[in-house]
Amino acid sequence: MSTAATTVKPVMPAKHYLNDNYGIRSWLLTKDHKRIAILYLCTITFFFFLGGMFAALIRLELLTPEGDLFHSDTYNKLFTMHGVNMIFFFLIPSVPAVLGNFILPIMLGAKDLAFPKINLLSWYIFIVGAGFGLAALIGGGVDTGWTFYTPLSTGYVRTPVIVLAVGILIAGFASIFTGLNFIVTTHRMRAPGMTWGRLPLMVWANYAASLIMILGTPVIAITLILVALERGFHIGVFDPKLGGDPVLFQHMFWFYSHPAVYIMILPGMGVISEIVTCFSRKRVFGYTFIAFSSIAIAVFGFVVWAHHMFVAGISTYSALVFSLLSFAVAIPSAVKVFNWTATMYKGSVSLETPMLYALAFIGLFTIGGLTGLFLAALGTDIHIHDTYFVVAHFHYVMVGGMVTAYLGGIHFWWPKMTGKMYPEAPAKLAALITFIGFNLTFFPQFILGYLGMPRRYHAYPPEFQVLNVLSSAGASVLAVGFIMPLVYFLWSLKFGEAAGDNPWDAKGLEWQTTSPPPTHNFHEVPIVTEDPYNYGEEANVVH
Amino acid sequence: MEFKLPLFPEQASSVAGQVDAFYLFLVLLTTFFSLLIALMIVFFIIKYRKRPDHKAEQIHGSTLLEIVWTAIPLGISMIIFVWGAMLYYHLQNPPKDALEIYGVGKQWMWKFQHPGGQREINTLHVPTGRPVKVTLISQDVIHDFFVPAFRIKTDVLPNRYMHTWFTPTREGNYHLFCSQYCGTNHSGMIGEVVVMKPEDYAEWLASGKAEGSMASMGEKLFQEFGCTTCHRPDAGARGPSLLGLYGRPVRLSDNRVVIADDNYIRESILNPNAKIVSGFQPIMPTFQGVVSEEGLIQITEYIKHLSQQDSEPLTNRSNPAVLRDTEVPTIQQELKGRGNEPAAPSGKKP
Amino acid sequence: MSTSQTTSTDHHPALVHHFDDMEQQKGASTFGMWVFLLTELMMFGGLFASYLIYRLKFYAAWEAGSSSIDVHWGFINTLVLIGSSFTMAMAVWAAQKGDKNKQVMFLIGTMILGAAFLGIKGIEYKAKYDECHIPGHIIGKAFNASGGCMADGKVTGDIAKEFMEHQAEIHKPVPEAFAKQTADQTQIFFSFYFAMTGLHAFHMVIGLGLLGWLTLRASRGEFSGQYFTPVELGGLYWHFVDIVWIFLFPLLYLINRTHG
Ligand code: HEA
Ligand code: HEA
Ligand code: HEC
Ligand code: CUA
Ligand SMILES: [Cu+2]
Repeated sequence: MSTAATTVKPVMPAKHYLNDNYGIRSWLLTKDHKRIAILYLCTITFFFFLGGMFAALIRLELLTPEGDLFHSDTYNKLFTMHGVNMIFFFLIPSVPAVLGNFILPIMLGAKDLAFPKINLLSWYIFIVGAGFGLAALIGGGVDTGWTFYTPLSTGYVRTPVIVLAVGILIAGFASIFTGLNFIVTTHRMRAPGMTWGRLPLMVWANYAASLIMILGTPVIAITLILVALERGFHIGVFDPKLGGDPVLFQHMFWFYSHPAVYIMILPGMGVISEIVTCFSRKRVFGYTFIAFSSIAIAVFGFVVWAHHMFVAGISTYSALVFSLLSFAVAIPSAVKVFNWTATMYKGSVSLETPMLYALAFIGLFTIGGLTGLFLAALGTDIHIHDTYFVVAHFHYVMVGGMVTAYLGGIHFWWPKMTGKMYPEAPAKLAALITFIGFNLTFFPQFILGYLGMPRRYHAYPPEFQVLNVLSSAGASVLAVGFIMPLVYFLWSLKFGEAAGDNPWDAKGLEWQTTSPPPTHNFHEVPIVTEDPYNYGEEANVVH
Repeated sequence: MEFKLPLFPEQASSVAGQVDAFYLFLVLLTTFFSLLIALMIVFFIIKYRKRPDHKAEQIHGSTLLEIVWTAIPLGISMIIFVWGAMLYYHLQNPPKDALEIYGVGKQWMWKFQHPGGQREINTLHVPTGRPVKVTLISQDVIHDFFVPAFRIKTDVLPNRYMHTWFTPTREGNYHLFCSQYCGTNHSGMIGEVVVMKPEDYAEWLASGKAEGSMASMGEKLFQEFGCTTCHRPDAGARGPSLLGLYGRPVRLSDNRVVIADDNYIRESILNPNAKIVSGFQPIMPTFQGVVSEEGLIQITEYIKHLSQQDSEPLTNRSNPAVLRDTEVPTIQQELKGRGNEPAAPSGKKP
Repeated sequence: MSTSQTTSTDHHPALVHHFDDMEQQKGASTFGMWVFLLTELMMFGGLFASYLIYRLKFYAAWEAGSSSIDVHWGFINTLVLIGSSFTMAMAVWAAQKGDKNKQVMFLIGTMILGAAFLGIKGIEYKAKYDECHIPGHIIGKAFNASGGCMADGKVTGDIAKEFMEHQAEIHKPVPEAFAKQTADQTQIFFSFYFAMTGLHAFHMVIGLGLLGWLTLRASRGEFSGQYFTPVELGGLYWHFVDIVWIFLFPLLYLINRTHG
């Protein structure tokens, strides 16, 4: 292995997966997981900025109490398309389909995922699904909210709900195929010596998320089919006019959508484990506990769905049970937070950009997670359900958590993916701007929520304006923070310095191959002989 | 633009203070843990920053610490759970003597009716110092009745009555929001709750035009729809007597026992055959599409009234299916009774 | 790229580059199929669970609806599918043996049985159509224009009459109003009936496609004792679809049936 302080300037390897083949065909028909990851990267970046644009318009409207900028129908479409785009077409595939796709097989020492064709198919399916999403947008946009509650969605709104539902359904299969591939690859494709106890935590986290993808996604699929049938053919399923039960829809929807929030955080947690160890130059604290807490979150995540329905007409008894179980998810999350923090203890901490994002993640996820407890607690949820408190909670976990982890991961593995280094100074600045902008945008929303401002309101009483102005101001700062990486990453493709195989001097199989890796990942099949995160093997290991 | 920055909404109900106290506890807890984590991070990045003469010390972990930081959050979260559950229980169970007001939500307005028959739209007048129970139903999609100053909220569903209750403590005008997204004008489905001194409320009630109390309007409908042809308190009637029915357990033909609450009565009128009263034939026609939501509420109020008027409702046993407390079966009996009989009517005659 | 230092030197033409050996490849494929079937299980499971929840809510309607579908066809179809599972198992066995002719024969046999199932399902659907039991406004209205037996998209047809007659038979007569209302509520039953059997039939169609493809490959002699994974996986899928029917049949046809 190369030592950290090489004076030789790194150069790009002569042959790697990017220049193995040229031309559009070589990309569109590729079965290389690394190229498919890049395809996903380009696609979801588009959807992130599209969703972000809707967010910007939402914040613009909410600058003033009156609904003066858009008609209420337009506003309703904005937040629906914002939520749907961000969740289904950006956040769910973000870490798994981009970073996981790229790095997971290499981390395992495999030449590819178990089913490369299915992996490519997954991207095509995603494109078709996202295409339906765009068609719904061009067809005027949908105004049901991302939750599609019946009977509003099946009988009352006059927008292309079916098109969007079909889009989400199709994109769901992309996610199922990714999950399936990850699970089989983790079980069957590990390099010699890569035992379960040596799996990088990124793999554990994606494995746990994959379990949710394969078990939860089919339920949202069937739910959306029923909604589409009821809307399209007026068959009776949820329609109260025919005796159906709209609350059953909510149960089915949240049976997927609650576990799905863990699809939207677990892979990010995996990224954080990798980054924190690397930049503390230290073994991870409590490896087994972090690994199993991922599985615990995935399992418990399946039994708490009705905490979204405390005031929706479920019985007092089930409310109690679901509240109690919701706290069960908090415990493994707490275990992770404490272990990451402890990993830095007596480390040798440096603050490169990925680490900045990782630290931001820990702080923001803690706030987001703990405010989840306000919602899981029955006495407070009655008051803050469907207010901006909820909006603030989930942006803290989804943007402060997962998007931050995703950006951290992109910075961390960018040198591996492209062979080029991004410029450090603007990257640090962008991380700082994002952090400030984020808190300015979403912290005021906690207060707004407790004051009683309901969500999905296109106009609001004037006493809420001050906080809304702060939030809108924050959003414009945040926009800058998000646009900057786009610019300097693109810049680095052409002008960035060659990164070298292991610019962070990190552990893990992915750092033992070239940057960018060759098409089949390794020139020689690696044999694993040591534990993960074996930083500082210089014999000062304390047990 | 106003420039004050309140952190809490006004406290205008008896529970507001309790909810705020609980909330404050959670805020402190969150602050504590967030600061703890943040300070540790800051401390570590300074103390253990990368230096040429300093090497990381490799530590695998500590089972003791893992146990500690599993147990402490577990303990704390159980406290949160119990505290929250107690509040919820309190908020789910309205006191018996509450003033009952009915509300109907529809795209995009609220309609309320007071027991005396006074109606209002998007405004709700209530007196201080007395528990108020609001029974709500939607005519179309799901809405949500939310009064931040009272810290209460409930979804308003089609086809089913939902309840919420509060005891107003401070006079004033407070926001009423629809807090479940319900389509185009969701953000316009707002109103005002006007809390008045009891005297003022009485005065307001008196000044309001009402065609009669809700019960009397219900009685009128009861006549109009011909309910009386079957529901008479005499022995030969084809339908069960409704005297003393409200709030009591009723035995059904499949031996189940259900409580005759608002939702049961509503179902009995719209979907009479879903639950057949023991000893009767399923001959009652459906009134689906005939009676409006308001009409249903008035009839229910009338039936409720019948029970209150009747000082000794259960002595004359005008309806044998209505059970006395001692007759309510235990769980074991009930389980035994189930399953054997099909749900379809048993042709038993009284 | 250097070759791997793993033990196997066996280079079967079907070995894909990123696997070390046939054993790993087969293990991965089979495991992948099981994981996929788990996904399928959850999809049908969501539907089954809602069906059962509604069964509690609309017991009488479920009874009436369930009794109105033809148990004989359902039973015959169950036999057909069990038979097809048998021929499928035989096809896998023949593939293992490397017996090309038997493979093709059994695969074609399975396809015939599968097609027979769909044909019978078609007969049942047609009957429902004639009886005006297709739920929904859109289809209902169109039908109304030609057949004219359905009002306002409501599913009534003869269910009400049948239900009344049956109740009279068992000395629990019900009035017409009740029978009518119950019959109206069977619309939800039929929504589920069509959603569940429709999703199942959709899987059958996909299965037939897979079988056709396997037959083609088998006839080219692509499978042998060393390599027959696709046939095995096709078999797994086919058995799964059969098992779903084994649950559908009692749920739809039997558990609420009281007559007919
Ligand atoms: C990435 C996504 C994500 C994540 C990870 C979470 C995590 C959690 N969420 Fe959140 N949630 C959403 C996304 C997410 N949520 C979304 C999108 C909605 C709104 C949907 C909609 O209606 O549109 C929502 C809504 C929502 C509700 C419904 C609110 C309502 O509508 O009324 C509830 C209620 O229980 C809830 C609870 C929780 C809990 C208990 C966690 C837990 O997993 C959090 C666990 C983490 C911690 C607790 C922090 C770390 C712990 C410590 C630092 C130690 C100290 C700990 C203790 C003392 C216990 N969430
Ligand atoms: C991954 C998930 C995700 C992400 C990343 C975001 C990101 C953001 N969200 Fe999102 N949000 C949701 C998921 C997400 N949101 C969901 C699920 C809902 C609920 C929907 C529903 O109710 O149905 C919601 C709802 C929601 C609301 C509530 C609307 C309402 O209830 O009425 C608001 C309001 O402030 C908001 C704001 C923002 C902002 C400011 C960002 C910012 O982080 C975005 C920053 C990014 C950019 C700004 C893009 C970059 C810049 C450009 C493209 C150039 C143009 C921009 C400018 C000129 C300023 N979101
Ligand atoms: C044709 C006769 C008939 C008419 C008209 C009729 N009912 Fe009934 N009703 C019955 C019978 C018989 C029962 C008992 C069997 C059952 O539960 O369906 C009943 C049951 C009820 C019950 C449940 C009583 C209990 O003891 O649990 C209520 C409430 C009720 N009816 C209200 C009404 C109202 C309100 C109207 C008018 C809008 C009305 N009924 C009109 C015959 C009738
Ligand atoms: Cu009514 Cu929102
Ligand atoms: Cu949740």
